[in-house]
Amino acid sequence: MFDFSTITTAIDQFLRDIMPSQAALLVECVLVALCAVLAYVMFAIVMIFMERKVCAAFQCRLGPMRVGPWGLLQVFADVFKMLIKEIISINNSDKVLYNLAPYLVVMSSVLTFCCLPFGEGLLVLDFNIGIFFIMAASSFGVLGILLAGWSSNNKFSMIGAVRSGAQMISYELSIGICLLTIVVMSGTMQISELVEAQRDGWFIFKGHLPAVIAFIIYLIAGNAETNRAPFDLPEAESELTAGFHTEYSGMHFGFFYVAEFMNLFIVAGIASTLFLGGWMPLHISGFDSFNTIMDYIPGVIWFLGKTFFVIWVLMWIRWTFPRLRIDQVVSLEWKYLVPIGLLNLLIMTLCVVMGWIF
Amino acid sequence: MNFVLLFTMIVASLLLVFAGMLVARLISPRTHNKQKGEAYECGIPTQGETWVHFRAGYYLFAILFLMFDIETVFLFPWATIVKDLGMSALLGVLFFLFILILGLAYAWRKKALEWK
Repeated sequence: MFDFSTITTAIDQFLRDIMPSQAALLVECVLVALCAVLAYVMFAIVMIFMERKVCAAFQCRLGPMRVGPWGLLQVFADVFKMLIKEIISINNSDKVLYNLAPYLVVMSSVLTFCCLPFGEGLLVLDFNIGIFFIMAASSFGVLGILLAGWSSNNKFSMIGAVRSGAQMISYELSIGICLLTIVVMSGTMQISELVEAQRDGWFIFKGHLPAVIAFIIYLIAGNAETNRAPFDLPEAESELTAGFHTEYSGMHFGFFYVAEFMNLFIVAGIASTLFLGGWMPLHISGFDSFNTIMDYIPGVIWFLGKTFFVIWVLMWIRWTFPRLRIDQVVSLEWKYLVPIGLLNLLIMTLCVVMGWIF
Repeated sequence: MNFVLLFTMIVASLLLVFAGMLVARLISPRTHNKQKGEAYECGIPTQGETWVHFRAGYYLFAILFLMFDIETVFLFPWATIVKDLGMSALLGVLFFLFILILGLAYAWRKKALEWK
């Protein structure tokens, strides 16, 4: 496994050699921020393209094909179009909150994005309370959505925002309980240590039954967190026009769009980090030659492969199931997922205490 | 170092949106029209107040969420040391979760979880 911290340490050493340490720190921060934001935007573009192609595949269409080979430049054209669209400010809206909302939404998703371990030594924020930080940062997004709906002087937006708030805070609970199950098993909250603990087997294999249940609950709750079908009540286009971002236009809307897609990426990334081993290759004990071949594949490709697999599963769900009603959404969460999740947490604790995990 | 990076990323994310909006404002056209300022809603002229009453049900779920979310906060430190505590961790959390599930059962019984 290639350790990216050798590169970062080398750059750090080089910068410290040619300038005072304070200036070096500043330059490093700018570099890190540039790389992270660029990666964020690039992944958003990849995700949008993937969504359109996967959607087309499920509906027996071709998807975008005209702009560039296989429509590869379509998303760039869309981004450019969005940039040159007029930004309309509407009457009677709460101007400050209206303009603040996209900042909060993007900030929450950028901060969560920074916690994803793309490879060994290739993650920006590695707190010792990593998972807890992810939960805290991702719950910022709800605030932005509530503000957007509240401030845009539109009944549909407000209904969409309130629905979205109710749904997101409810399903955040299930996500918390699933993450808790994994923390019980690993005994650490630091992302890098969590991935390191999966060197001899991914958590979904190590934790067998309770980990599989937690994974399934996490996928359902994660799908609801990103406000995608079958949980797309907040932006149900046949009832609420477009939900909380109806009144936003041009790039204002673009940031909501980007953040929504990146939230999907982040949910899938956390799933692959906690359950599918992050950047750890697949190892089967006993098959030494197979394990050696798997070791040759770089960690970044493992991580992205798992993440895009989970994203593909979530898109499959999105384009297959019809939308739920709001009463079905809340009863699914409070009557099924929360009790099952709590029970699952107890089972996992029992397994850990009795030493029944591998 | 982590907190420096956290601060950097907060600033970077704000700058990302700010720069995007700035570029968009610079190169996008700006025309004025009396109709343009009105709320789009669903395409026809808006009727009545915007900040209308909405269901109290949302409020109820917010309260329930508060209860369970704080429980999650309490459980995180416990979760990191389950391996060291052994059996006493399980018994302790059983008691804790019992009280909590009692609360959920009460809400369920009182039909707070129904969406009428």
